[in-house]
Amino acid sequence: MSGRSRILRWAIPLAVVPVLVLLAYGFRTDPRDIPSPLLGRPASPFKLTAFDGKPVALESLRGQVVVVNFWASWCYPACYEEAPSLERAWKTYKDRGLMMVGVNFQDKDEPARRFLTQFGHTFPNAPDPAGRVSVDYGVYGVPETYFIDRKGRVRFKQVGPVSDQMLKDQIERLLAEEA
Amino acid sequence: MTPELGYAATVAALILAVYGSGAAALSAVKGRADLRRSSERAAVGVWLLVMTCMALLIYAFLTFDFSVRYVAGNTNLGTPFYYRITAVWGALEGSIILWAFMLSIYTLIVMARYRRTQPQLYPWVLAVMLGISAFFLLVMAIPAPPFERLSPIPADGRGLNPLLEDSGMITHPVALYLGFTGFTVPFAFAMAALIIGRTGDEWITITRRWTIVAWYFLSLGLLIGGWWSYHVLGWGGYWAWDPVENAAFMPWLTGTAFLHSVMIQERRRMLKLWNLTLIILTFSLTLFGTFLTRSGIIGSVHAFSQGSVGQFFLGFLALIVLGAFSLLAWRLERLHAQGELDSIVSRESAFLLNNLFLVAAAFTVFFGTVFPLLSEAVKGQKVSVGAPFFNLVNIPIFLALIFLMGVGPLIAWRRASAENLRRNFLTPVAIGIAAAAICRLLGVANALVLLCLALVVFVAATIALDFARAARARRRTGDGWLDATWGLALRQNRRYGGFVVHLGILVVALGVAGSQAWSTQTEATLNRGESMELAGYTIRFDGLQGVEESNHAKVVGTFTVSDRKGPYTVLTPAKKFYPQEQTPIAAVDYRLGFMEDLYLVLGEFARDGSHATIKIQVNRMVSWLWIGGFLLTLGAALAIVPEPRRTPAVARAGQTAAA
Repeated sequence: MSGRSRILRWAIPLAVVPVLVLLAYGFRTDPRDIPSPLLGRPASPFKLTAFDGKPVALESLRGQVVVVNFWASWCYPACYEEAPSLERAWKTYKDRGLMMVGVNFQDKDEPARRFLTQFGHTFPNAPDPAGRVSVDYGVYGVPETYFIDRKGRVRFKQVGPVSDQMLKDQIERLLAEEA
Repeated sequence: MTPELGYAATVAALILAVYGSGAAALSAVKGRADLRRSSERAAVGVWLLVMTCMALLIYAFLTFDFSVRYVAGNTNLGTPFYYRITAVWGALEGSIILWAFMLSIYTLIVMARYRRTQPQLYPWVLAVMLGISAFFLLVMAIPAPPFERLSPIPADGRGLNPLLEDSGMITHPVALYLGFTGFTVPFAFAMAALIIGRTGDEWITITRRWTIVAWYFLSLGLLIGGWWSYHVLGWGGYWAWDPVENAAFMPWLTGTAFLHSVMIQERRRMLKLWNLTLIILTFSLTLFGTFLTRSGIIGSVHAFSQGSVGQFFLGFLALIVLGAFSLLAWRLERLHAQGELDSIVSRESAFLLNNLFLVAAAFTVFFGTVFPLLSEAVKGQKVSVGAPFFNLVNIPIFLALIFLMGVGPLIAWRRASAENLRRNFLTPVAIGIAAAAICRLLGVANALVLLCLALVVFVAATIALDFARAARARRRTGDGWLDATWGLALRQNRRYGGFVVHLGILVVALGVAGSQAWSTQTEATLNRGESMELAGYTIRFDGLQGVEESNHAKVVGTFTVSDRKGPYTVLTPAKKFYPQEQTPIAAVDYRLGFMEDLYLVLGEFARDGSHATIKIQVNRMVSWLWIGGFLLTLGAALAIVPEPRRTPAVARAGQTAAA
């Protein structure tokens, strides 16, 4: 066999390498990662009644950094994983200008309350019976968390559970900004 | 206990598979029979252990053992009994067990059948098959453990994906995976043949029937998938060119190409390299399909969860593709064709064209499927190509394939004479053209449908002609018509099984053409008591009703339908509300018919039941798909049946005398 065909024969296995590289590239992208059109836009206002009966309104929170977290008791395990982090962040930053609101998404009253008791949430949590707020924010699934700056604009959206570190990064960045 | 037992069984099976694969390879190299026997025992052990895993998982589902994360994630206390069993393969982790289980069964069958008859190929086949099993067990052990423990144990689980609560889901994954894993057998034989350097026709002869088995199940899986899509997803279609459908379709295309090109190798000793390439491609594409569904790199309606599974699959895919093609390159000089192509007008060239088109179709489907990735890598934009691209490219290819389906089986080998062409094709071509002309006169205006019809009738006529000639020849030997027909089908079952498959495809092709061209739909909001009309049906909205099921609530609409002849039926499409799902799931209702289906999807509605929006479709000739599909699988089954031993007439006479 000549030298040329000796090289040529390896062309067959080598030909598939670019395809494999392309597929490997696929791991660096996320087909579902479509940026929220709400980023940089004013957050839509809402008025809800919390589980404890108190009103929660976004309008009255202007000037504060607001974290809106959408959750459900049936959202296992993601919502259960992030719940302690949310409560920790709330305790750390509530006196420094942070407001946190939990919006309960397509849930039943009793298991939702059980969830809140289980994690001892002290920040306001409200059901969204008509699903209005979820639709306004374009919630695709739970958990999703929106970070709103002091001027009332949505600045960051997290799809999936939040972590301590990420809450810290986002909240501190927004707290550092002027109203 | 279940999580620990299951995990232990998984790890033990993994160790046995790795050991068995190594021992089988070593036994082949050193020629040691003791090692070979040991690897066989390992294979039996793998089978027993994977079966244990399967049984444990089913048990965990039946007993609502929410200490198993997978059980908690895919069932809840309201999930009915039968769906708790199908939930076993309702998501990633369990589907891998099912895969490993089927592979272990195939391994045992191969072992039982070839350990004596193929002493040289067989140890390597065993090594390859156990090696592939080891990979799936590795996935079960590390990135996708089905037996992961959940702590604390929740009171209730999340529930099965509601779209999977359907009878189609009992059979669809099973058939599909039997098809996917089935291609492991020819692949393993091909690798074994390359390793020992016996690249003659032996492995082809052995694996042909296995390829038909895999092809049979893959076809069945695709068909049931189409049926599921049609009657569950509620969009009125059966094929959407979704990445996951494509993933199963690509190996079907290359597998079909392989089934045809092996005939040329058997007959003419050509295309050895090509056949090996095709079987490597087919097996790689089954892995690619699995990779695609499990990695989350491409958005799809069916995608399983993400995680590091994708990386494992890609690594394994790379290993298989690079390893197999390197082996091929290493053995290249043994793969020269012994025969030559004599003429362009011959059966060989018809089969070559058939292969070319099938592989081209597979390539376009591949290209369209990974296009979003390519576009993002090159231009940084997320773009998908949808049905228009696939249809545009593939319709001409499939029409050409149908044409070749008529030519291939009847044209002469080597070099077709003018006499051969005239004798075999003049009448069928005339019948095909006449059929299209008649339909044109009857008012069929769609050019594509007419072309498809002409081709289909042409092919059907060639089959009928061939069959009639053969049956007449047999009848001359004294058999009656029925005996002659039946005898032919059984005696030359590969040929006639193939013809029945072809007939099935023709019926499917007509169904596709008809449903694409003639289906019609409309959407309307009706007040209670109000009626509307579509294509001769009058549909009256009679109200809504709320129903509470064990794991969901549903709102059922009642619609009374009458057609031109009077009252026809009552349809009750519904919307199902599952607590764990963000959006309600439509439950369609339909009446299937030979020429048309009436298909109702409930849309928005008023809570008080005063009005509702309804989508009404009249889908034409969709039933032909299922009928054609049934024929197709019937033909494949006929081709699998072992051919009756040809006992010499004398011996047969002797037996009769003795009896």
